[in-house]
Amino acid sequence: MEVTLRIQRFNPETDTKPHFESYHLKDVERVDRVLDLLHRVKWEQDGTLTLRRSCAHGVCGSDAMRINGENKLACKALVKDSIKGEKGTIQVEPILGMKVLKDLIVDMEPFFDHYRSVMPYFVNDEPAPEKERLQSQADRERFDQGTKCILCAACTSSCPSFWANGTYVGPAAIVQAHRFIFDTRDKAKRERLAVLSEETGAWRCRTVFNCTSACPRDIPVTQLIAEIKNEIGR
Amino acid sequence: MTQTHQFDAVIVGGGGAGLMAALYASRGVKTAVISKLYPTRSHTGTAQGGIGAALGNLEEDHWEWHAFDTVKGSDYLADQDAVEVLCKEAIDAVYELEHMGLPFDRTPEGKISQRPFGGHTNNDTHKPVRRACHAADRTGHMILQTLYQQCIKNDVKFFDEFHVVDMIMNGDKPCGVIAVELATGELHIFHAKAILYATGGWGKLWEITSNAHTLTGDGTSIVLRRGLPLEDMEFFQFHPTGIYRLGILITEGVRGEGGILFNGKGERFMEKYAPTIKDLASRDVISRAIYLEIREGNGINGKNYVHLDVTPATVNKYLEMAGETRRVTAHDIETKLPDILDFCRVYLGVDPVKEPMPIQPTAHYAMGGIPTNVNAEVIRDAKGNVVPGLYAAGECACVSVHGANRLGTNSLVDLVVFGRRGGVAMADYCKNADFVPLPKNPEKEVAAEIERIRTANGNSKPAELRAKLQKSMFDYVGVFREAKGMKQAVDDIHELQARFAKDLRIDDRGRIFNSDMMEAWELGSLLDLAEVTAMAALERTESRGGHAREDYSKRDDKKWLRHSMSQRDATGKIKINHDKKVVITKYQPKERVY
Repeated sequence: MEVTLRIQRFNPETDTKPHFESYHLKDVERVDRVLDLLHRVKWEQDGTLTLRRSCAHGVCGSDAMRINGENKLACKALVKDSIKGEKGTIQVEPILGMKVLKDLIVDMEPFFDHYRSVMPYFVNDEPAPEKERLQSQADRERFDQGTKCILCAACTSSCPSFWANGTYVGPAAIVQAHRFIFDTRDKAKRERLAVLSEETGAWRCRTVFNCTSACPRDIPVTQLIAEIKNEIGR
Repeated sequence: MTQTHQFDAVIVGGGGAGLMAALYASRGVKTAVISKLYPTRSHTGTAQGGIGAALGNLEEDHWEWHAFDTVKGSDYLADQDAVEVLCKEAIDAVYELEHMGLPFDRTPEGKISQRPFGGHTNNDTHKPVRRACHAADRTGHMILQTLYQQCIKNDVKFFDEFHVVDMIMNGDKPCGVIAVELATGELHIFHAKAILYATGGWGKLWEITSNAHTLTGDGTSIVLRRGLPLEDMEFFQFHPTGIYRLGILITEGVRGEGGILFNGKGERFMEKYAPTIKDLASRDVISRAIYLEIREGNGINGKNYVHLDVTPATVNKYLEMAGETRRVTAHDIETKLPDILDFCRVYLGVDPVKEPMPIQPTAHYAMGGIPTNVNAEVIRDAKGNVVPGLYAAGECACVSVHGANRLGTNSLVDLVVFGRRGGVAMADYCKNADFVPLPKNPEKEVAAEIERIRTANGNSKPAELRAKLQKSMFDYVGVFREAKGMKQAVDDIHELQARFAKDLRIDDRGRIFNSDMMEAWELGSLLDLAEVTAMAALERTESRGGHAREDYSKRDDKKWLRHSMSQRDATGKIKINHDKKVVITKYQPKERVY
């Protein structure tokens, strides 16, 4: 099949603002990943096209992008999901709410700042036992969803509250906090909830569900945020 | 403008080994981690099935059994003193990860859950043993996340998206590294007392691979370029179960849960090749079996793949035939292998709960690499003389604990155990060592090469050269090898190296995030490692583990219980010696049957 990739381009060394360029690709297979097509453009047509990617199968979290207006990982978005017939166009843009540095690369530092602000690490200063700390299967299951997060930022950069105000810690940071808050072995629940109850915390979530739709790991992000709100209210 | 930084310890690479080393080194001395990716993008995160440790949570197990399995898996090329360290310390390492908060799956008693894995056995009954400690089928993801989280907690200094391109030497003493800051294109000098490479593997040498695009062996290549040897480069593992055509890994945990391999005739062909543990034989054994089946026309519909079937009906049928009482349900498969199901559903439109998965062997893991001792200190010769201040850990290193074929789960054990040892060793070293002064303009040489690439205006695009390299390596230095093909590969590589040097074409002339230039740089690393791999393979006239030759089909213990050491001499030629003997403690080499 034939695909036109319409890609937002921005070269900070020559451009004052982003623009779109179109690239035509023949012999595209329905099961090709959008990442495969971006690579074909870069490798066959225009080496200046710049993007982040690594594992190419939805695990490393490098290549979150806006694909036909929806946040996806380019390596998990297949052509057949965007184009039904034998011909079509796929539009690719950087994720929103972060500064574009070049083409599809955005500044991830504010995202990781928010991540770091919620104490995204296990805290338990009691002396560790000789072997493992015991935990029931049910207690382990309680926080399973959040452990899937790959920090791709698809959720945070799909959130209207985050677009409106970048000081909001955003869904990804809340998911990370949730993972520890509901882990029976962890001891810093109170400190994390204090961060999330601030003005920039969980209350900025307006339950739009964009984050849940965007998550390439199928984490029920909005639900986890709601659980945090409940926990703050206790 | 070149900036200069000074740290006691510099760690290159932010995957599992690098982060583990950073945690330990940063407790004692001023430490920085330099990574070409955000650390959480590292390939440790794609490891699936588990980390091996003889905890004995579900049945009897001993670290000595783990050690024997590792040695046997290595086809007796691993150094047994190092294997003993690996398997003994694995137990404590897994508990340490749990104490750091790693969310392992649990047994009904609340202990860490364990599952069977290829080549891991009860040494009395020779049956599979449950030794792989797991967190669903994303164990590596959990290890990477947990270690990164602990680094955040401990305020480890990171230089993210800094790509290390050279090591600074003062005479024969390493005294720092040079990195490109990807966001600006500027060079940074990191003056250090101790340097640890943890840059991972180089699976991108092959056409079909489970490896990320970024796995190009940069650190290993730098060590070679700086005149130091690489060990056992002829040994690269092909994992038997990659998704057909894409190469994406399907964990051995699928077979651990009862999954079975079938050829196009519907035969469970592993019964022929490994009568005792069948589908849970070592990876090299199964990859060869798949190739042989395909060669005999027994692929699915005559094509070059076979089926891996983990549907409950099939699994239960064979469990019943084996006299086991355990049964699996669709729910078990969904909860124990969620990511595998997701990969198959997304990329193949195949639902593994209902139908078999099409799989083929995929280039997966470098057994060889930068030679080290058990303290992760880099050694410069067969006698084991160390390079003061230089360390390596994880896949880029060769201790050697994996020998000719790595056992599943042992990569994660390796990076935790030797990452930790490396971190401790470099901190100790830094406390008693002074900075070796930097030579004048240490960046001059590498800056010129980068500028050459950035402005290259020949006709050969990096992607074209890379594709040719990957095809040649896959065809001639893959699962099966013979002299004629390997010589062809060496010729191909030399031709590609010449084109890389004289006829390269780059489109992007900018400095900010110039990934066109950096991909070309990575291709340069791959070409180095391809040359060493093919030449070392050609020299080893036997078959052992992952190195299977059609023209020398037998293992030859009289001649080849030796490691290869490959080094580039002053004239640029690769020289290989085999003076380094395998260390044997208590496991005498014998025939390897599964």
